[in-house]
Amino acid sequence: MKILATVKRVPDPETSIKVKPDGSGIVTDNIKWVINPFDEIAIEEALRIKEKHAGSEVVLASIGAKVVQEQLRTGLAMGADRAILVLTDDALDPLAVARVLAKIVETEKPDLIVMGKQAIDDDSNAAGQMLAELLGWPQATFASKVELAADQKSMTVTREVDGGLETVGAPLPAIVTADLRLNEPRYASLPGIMKARKKELKEIPIADLGVDVAPKAQIVKMDPPPKRQAGKKVESVEQLVELLHTEAKVI
Amino acid sequence: MGDVLVFAEHLHGKFPKTTLVAFAAGKDAAAKFGGACHAVVVGSGVDALASEAATYGMKTVFQVDSPRLEHYLADAYTAALAEVVKAKGIETVIATATATGKDLLPRLAARLGAGFAADITEIHADGTVQRPMYAGNVFATVKLVGSPRVISVRATAFDAAAKDGAGSVEKVPVSLDDGKLTMKFVGLEEVTSDRPVLTEARIVVSGGRGLKNGENFKTVLEPLVDELGAAMGASRAAVDAGFVPNDLQVGQTGKVVAPELYIAVGLSGAIQHLAGMKDSKVIVAINKDAEAPIFQVADYGLVADLFKAVPEMKDAVHKLKS
Repeated sequence: MKILATVKRVPDPETSIKVKPDGSGIVTDNIKWVINPFDEIAIEEALRIKEKHAGSEVVLASIGAKVVQEQLRTGLAMGADRAILVLTDDALDPLAVARVLAKIVETEKPDLIVMGKQAIDDDSNAAGQMLAELLGWPQATFASKVELAADQKSMTVTREVDGGLETVGAPLPAIVTADLRLNEPRYASLPGIMKARKKELKEIPIADLGVDVAPKAQIVKMDPPPKRQAGKKVESVEQLVELLHTEAKVI
Repeated sequence: MGDVLVFAEHLHGKFPKTTLVAFAAGKDAAAKFGGACHAVVVGSGVDALASEAATYGMKTVFQVDSPRLEHYLADAYTAALAEVVKAKGIETVIATATATGKDLLPRLAARLGAGFAADITEIHADGTVQRPMYAGNVFATVKLVGSPRVISVRATAFDAAAKDGAGSVEKVPVSLDDGKLTMKFVGLEEVTSDRPVLTEARIVVSGGRGLKNGENFKTVLEPLVDELGAAMGASRAAVDAGFVPNDLQVGQTGKVVAPELYIAVGLSGAIQHLAGMKDSKVIVAINKDAEAPIFQVADYGLVADLFKAVPEMKDAVHKLKS
């Protein structure tokens, strides 16, 4: 079977993010860029499915500037077979991302798409659901377990919902979005990194796809979050409980 | 014009607090956009819920009732909601960013070709909304182009709506094309607990990697949690390390909470965790590292070994109550 895994280049989650003084974006100097952590989990899941089902192929897809090659090479070094990069210097909103991916799906015809549940930069948690709708496919978001039927025609997915775990079933092709506990992504091995250099990485200028990517959600400006003042240090548990009772009046 | 439609999520025949937040956000949006606020109740046999929704000041409650909609499924619910939006000329669809809201609304937006903003914290009269990005390091003002538009609301951004009016209920038939609806509900394994729900609790006690293992959550943290009648939460690091299940995770990629009292134990306060709790009224931090970032947002900070301080605190609270 063919599995498509999507990759977004994002600032390392440990990076401290600052808003530019004019509110037009974030300060990108000295930022370390990585694969979106939830996408790493998605790639890992695609690789595990491939390892279980002989003859499978894992294709990576990303959208962004030429530098995104770095993250795609990392994904290829983890074990993906080839990669597609849709080239654009613009930041797309989730619906535009879904439209571009839908176009890629038209030609690639994967049986399964695995995506991160959300990208840790814009935190929308939307592209997977939107892509599923555009394709008319079933979706299983926030997955913590994915099981494919032996005939590879359907899947059963455990989802992390508010009150516990929900299980849904759906025929393939389908979309799964990965939550934190789906798996622990592997590191790229040295031989993997060597091999990745020779794997196919196809670039497609976004204009060639003929997709409407005008943003429906436009970011007007960015602001830093409101600051919360630090309070006081207390010396003992006794004093803490006393203050919570008499001053804060919360216990 | 400018009518708003609130998706009224329900569980076990009740509206959780998160749905009352959606009603409040819907009324706020309708007032600012100059339209009426309606709600939609989707399910199987939901007469009572539809009538109840109307008491929260919803002008009309559209009841979409079908055995096919007994369990939430993204494809069927999207189809049902899209029909209501189109038939009733809705301009803005609102739900709270619960697991269901997050699953459903983007799909609905794609179906409607609508602009979508996730997890918003403010609605402005000029039609823009404010939403956190980069784990709460950035608040973006977002303009949604065209109509309709779809918005999910952060569960802590609005107070629960009050029962301040009685609207009418209108049953809306929808045509569900079974050929296109392929998802199946298999089961729900609910975490049953005597403790309050994390997102509704008055007091939340969260543990981090400082607890060292899952056993210590049980033996050290839980006695304090229960003494306070609190809900238990955890940092992503503690979930990552396998100490506790993911449904306890508080943070940008977990649950967002704003209780009256939030007690952070043995957690450093990574930005993505702070994003999920810094709207709490009173924050307490207990950590042996005086430099931990959690102290920068804490109203009361105690630099101490949690293995000593937490049992002491449990005893002190017990003494206070007796």
